[in-house]
This record gives sequence, structure tokens and C-alpha cells, in this order.
Amino acid sequence: MEKLLNWIDARFPLTALWESQWGKYVAPKNFNFWYYFGSLATLVLVMQIVTGIFLTMSYKPDATKAFDSVEYIMRDVEWGWLIRYMHSTGASMFFIVVYLHMFRGLMYGSYRKPRELLWIFGCLIYLTLMGEAFFGYLLPWGQMSYWGAQVIVNLFSTVPFIGEGLGVWIRGDYTISDITLNRFFAFHVIAFPLVLLGLVAAHLMALHEVGSNNPDGIEIKQQPKDPVTGIYLDGIYSHPYYTIKDLVGVVVFLAVFSAIMFFVPEMGGYFLEANNFIPANPLQTPEHIAPVWYFTPYYAMLRAVPSFFDSQFPGVLVMGVSVLIFFFLPWLDRSPVRSIRYRGALYKWWLAAFVVSFLILGYLGVVPVTVWGQFPDSWPILGTADKATVVARIFTIVYFLFFLLMPWYTARDKTKPVPDRTT
Amino acid sequence: MNKIASFSAALLFALTGAALASGGADVRLEYAPIHRLDAESLQRGARNFVNYCLPCHSAKYMRYERLQDIGLTEKQIRDNLMFGTDKIGSTMTVAMNPAEAKNWFGAVPPDLSVEARIRGSDWLYNYFLAFYRDDRTTTGWNNLVFPNVAMPHVLWQLSGPGKLIETEFENHEKAIAAAIGIKGLAKLEPAAGGKWILQTVAADPDAPGTLTPVQYQAFVADLVNFLEYMGEPTKNKRISIGIAVLLYLGLLFVLVYSLKRLYWKDVH
Repeated sequence: MEKLLNWIDARFPLTALWESQWGKYVAPKNFNFWYYFGSLATLVLVMQIVTGIFLTMSYKPDATKAFDSVEYIMRDVEWGWLIRYMHSTGASMFFIVVYLHMFRGLMYGSYRKPRELLWIFGCLIYLTLMGEAFFGYLLPWGQMSYWGAQVIVNLFSTVPFIGEGLGVWIRGDYTISDITLNRFFAFHVIAFPLVLLGLVAAHLMALHEVGSNNPDGIEIKQQPKDPVTGIYLDGIYSHPYYTIKDLVGVVVFLAVFSAIMFFVPEMGGYFLEANNFIPANPLQTPEHIAPVWYFTPYYAMLRAVPSFFDSQFPGVLVMGVSVLIFFFLPWLDRSPVRSIRYRGALYKWWLAAFVVSFLILGYLGVVPVTVWGQFPDSWPILGTADKATVVARIFTIVYFLFFLLMPWYTARDKTKPVPDRTT
Repeated sequence: MNKIASFSAALLFALTGAALASGGADVRLEYAPIHRLDAESLQRGARNFVNYCLPCHSAKYMRYERLQDIGLTEKQIRDNLMFGTDKIGSTMTVAMNPAEAKNWFGAVPPDLSVEARIRGSDWLYNYFLAFYRDDRTTTGWNNLVFPNVAMPHVLWQLSGPGKLIETEFENHEKAIAAAIGIKGLAKLEPAAGGKWILQTVAADPDAPGTLTPVQYQAFVADLVNFLEYMGEPTKNKRISIGIAVLLYLGLLFVLVYSLKRLYWKDVH
């Protein structure tokens, strides 16, 4: 065995790669609950790829056969139902894990210098994941697949001057059609997974280069090295310590995942929508089109922004910026400390307001704008406006203020002294 | 952090309160009394489905042989549930020409394979209890949960023709209290002057069907149970495997967690 390893190492840096990326990677010893989601995201990525390969064996990217082939997988393919549910549950769980992973970054300032590029790779992964999910959602060719894709592609058609051509270019047709299905299939199974894998590799390499942040937001690499172990005082080797700890996280995660997949795979219509069991019908628009839950905060913003000269483009712009603004976090944050543990009340309140906005916008994106009715006629300004739209506008503003005012409130916040060692 | 939590909770509470306070036309569905493990009910439901639904509706993803899931033998399926020239491995297709069907009914009867996944079993159960005589429609029937539905009440000989009962209440609170009191299918419609109309469907005592109301409800429950099964034939298997998987993960957790404790003993 040892001989074989030496033989390989002389020709390929196998041991060096293992040691730099995991085996001898020194991580802070104080990771808490929030640090499970990185490894879990990797796990879900692998699951999606493996189940995706098996789905591709039976799925037919053809507008006349796609819906049938999904039911064929659910009924006639051996264990097809399990593979399909793993993939559909995995899609939603991917976003849950990624959102929690991003929230961890916000809490502990993981995007701060010197981890800007690590954060940017992460944001790119998030963007790619959104594209991957969007393309994949068309494939079952149900009503929601079809009309969801219609709505999203139409967003691109609102771009001034080139919009109409852009829409046709994306669809390859004047409406969502068989041609669109084929190209979305290509994007979903080849193009985007390749990009995703590349970005994940870059994200991990960047992480293992700069080293992990931790709940205290202190830089363990600035600590002296322990004379016995030869590593930083608050550091431990990833292997075996985080190997085994992450494994505990994996088992708990798989239990949650299985509970959903085996007992409530539709998750009350949030993971699999009831309308998507109706085959796509280009002649019949569903009464209420809502995207899948992980896009709904952005969808709510889109609907909240008033149209300008009969163009929805401002809403599209706001939606786009609301995602892209994450990229700028490393330069918006001026706090002398990283972690929420040593920040003052200002940041805590803003972060809470941001999370509340995100959740409420997420809810409002699921329901019709008429959900809460309208303000009475007699009210000044607000009269007859949909209550939900007004609430969505308020929280869209809060969402953006979290970012735009950040240079001001983080610099002004009263921070606590940061200890030298982890707590 | 506590302050933040209580603030968020207060905000969410305020918003959900606002959600509950608003109103509109509202259908209150009765809970469908079905059980996925009741094989006899599923078998009766299969019989009802084949006799009353399959003449017009297909179930093109459902294979006859699959009915062995619900405890039938191949011979039973062949002798009792298959009438045409279909083979046991065939799916439940329908002989009716779609163009003619559209001409007769105004719409092609939809395929019912996954209907239960679209509508939900409660909706389906109430749908079959919600037909009533209505001279204003082309079929002469109407439905409380699916207004102006194209399908005529094909089960009317069993249930008897139902009739619509409307009661006016002076406000929403009183109407909703009455609707809750009914403990069954009820629909609330806003009317002029802030009044509300409570609509229900009742059997016509002068024109009883061949089944009593209780027997008819059981008939419908069996049918809905079968539709629910057909929407996802692997459901029972999925749930039983799920229980085993969770038990296994529970054991694995104990093992992995003890291992973690062991390794981390000397850290700190």
C-alpha cells in the first residue's frame, strides 16, 4: 500500500493534495452549529449529481414525452420514485443549506478581509445554483414548470431595446417550447453542473488557502504555534476532528432529509407544487403563478416595484441588484470586528431586520398580492392599494438599507473588545 | 438576541393576524374519511373507479397489473376490473375519441392518474358530495366546490339529485359560525349590504338515490381512497421504508456521536 502511494506521489501530488485540502488542514477548534452547512452543501451537491445521472437515464427531454417520462420514473422504473424524490427534495434542501451557510457568513463576518474572494466564489455558486434550479424546474413539463419559465424568461424581455430579441434568443422560440426544453435540459445536466463543480473547487481551494473564520471572528493564524503539536493554539487538524464532527451533522441532516422525502415529499406544495402534476398547457394560464419557495423573496420584490412607463424593467433591475449586492459585502462592512459576538446593537438589529425582510418577502412571493385585501378608499395615498404590495415595498426597502447603510452603521456601532483566543 | 427574537415574533404575529382578518368567498371542505392502508376500501374504490370513471376518464399511467398492490390477484383483476381487450400490463386508457369527447362535454375529460395529487383527497371527496340540480347550466348540474363544472353528476342515481340550500346571515361572523356548526361542506359567499350567504348541498327527500346518504359517502370515500392511491402507488412503500431509514439513522447517530465524543475528548 505504502509502495503504491509513493509510486503515485512521485507522479501526482495525491498525498500533498489530501493534506493541503483536508488531512492536515488546520481549522479553528470552536466551530458551532452554523459550521455544518458547508460540508452539507457538498453532500447535497454530490447527491444531486448522482441522482441526476440516474434520472437522465429514464427522462426524455421532449415536450410530448417529458411529463410522461417523469410519471414513468415514479411508477415503472425500479426505485425511480426514490431517485426522483431525492432529487426534488435535494433541490430545496440545497437552498436551505446554502441560505443557512450564507447567514453564517453574515453573522460571523466570514466575508471580511482576507476572505473576499472566497465570499465572491460563494456568491457565484449561489447565482449558478439559481440558474441550475431554474433550468431544472422546467424539465418535469408541468403547468408550473411551463408558466414559471414563461414568467422568468419574460423578465429578460423587459430589458429596454434588446429585450424582445433577448427573450427569443433564450427560448430559441417565440414561446416556451420543445426547443426551450431541450436547451434547458442541456444547461441543467451539463453546462451549469460543470460551472458549479469548478466554482465549488475554487471556493474550497480559496478556503483552505486563507483558512476558516470562526464564531469569534479571530484569525488563528496570528496566534503563536503550540510547541508540542506545532499548530496554532486554537487550531486542530480537520482530520480526524472535523471529519467525525461533520459526520454527526451528516447523520442528523440525512434524518431531516429522509423525514421530508419519505413522509411529506411535496412539503405541503412548497417542494413539489400541486399544479405541476398537470401537464404543461401553453393555452391555459394558471390562476396563480408562484415560483418555488427559494426564489420567492426576489419574486416579491419584482412585484413590489411599480412599473415605469409601462415597463416592468425597474422591478427586474431591483431583483437583479438584490442578488448581486451580496458580492459587495466585504467592502460595505466597516466594522473593526468580524463576529456578531463582538458587534454592537446596531448591527444586530439590522441583521434581524434583514432576516425578517427576507422571510416576509419569501412569504409574500408565494401568495397572490390580494392576500391581505386592500386599504380602504378613504385612506390618503394608500387608498385601494393592495396591503401585501405595500408591505412588500417596505421590506424591499429594509432589505436594501441593510446593505446600503452598512458602511455607516457598522463604522458607528459600539463594538466589544475581541479576545486573543477563541471562547 | 432575545430582544431581536421577541421583536421578530411580534412582527410575524401582527402580519399573520392581518392575514386572518381579511376575507372573501370561502369554501369549507369536509375531511375525507379515508385510510391508505385499508385494502378493502381500496379494492371497492377500484371497482367504483372502473365502473363509473373509466368509461370517460383515462388513467394512462396506471397499469392494471399494479392493482396487485392493493391485495388483488391477477385473476381477480382480469375477471372483475378489465372489460376490453387490454392486457394485464396495459395502462388504463379510454376508448373515447378526444375530439368527440370535447364535442359532447365541452372539454376532454382529464386523465385521472395524478388527479389526487393536483386536487388533494379532501377536495375530491367534497366534490362528489357537492353536485346539485341547476337548470341554468347546460348539463342541468352544478357543483359547489367546482362552479359550472363540465362534468354531469354521473353518480346521481346513487346519491339522488342534490339541491342547493342557501341561508342568509347578516354578517361574516354569524355566517362562519353557522358554517363551522355544519361540520361538513359549506360555502360562504359575500352578498349585498355586508350580508353573507351560506350555501350547502342537501339530498332531496322526495327523490332518494339507490344508496342512503351514509352509504353514498362511504362509496365516495372508497373512490377517493383509490384515486389517492393511484396518484402515487408507491406511497405505502415509501412511508414504511422511511420509518426503517429513520430508525437506522437513529442508531447510526448514537454510534457516530459517541465516536465524535471519543475523538474530541482531548480538545479544549
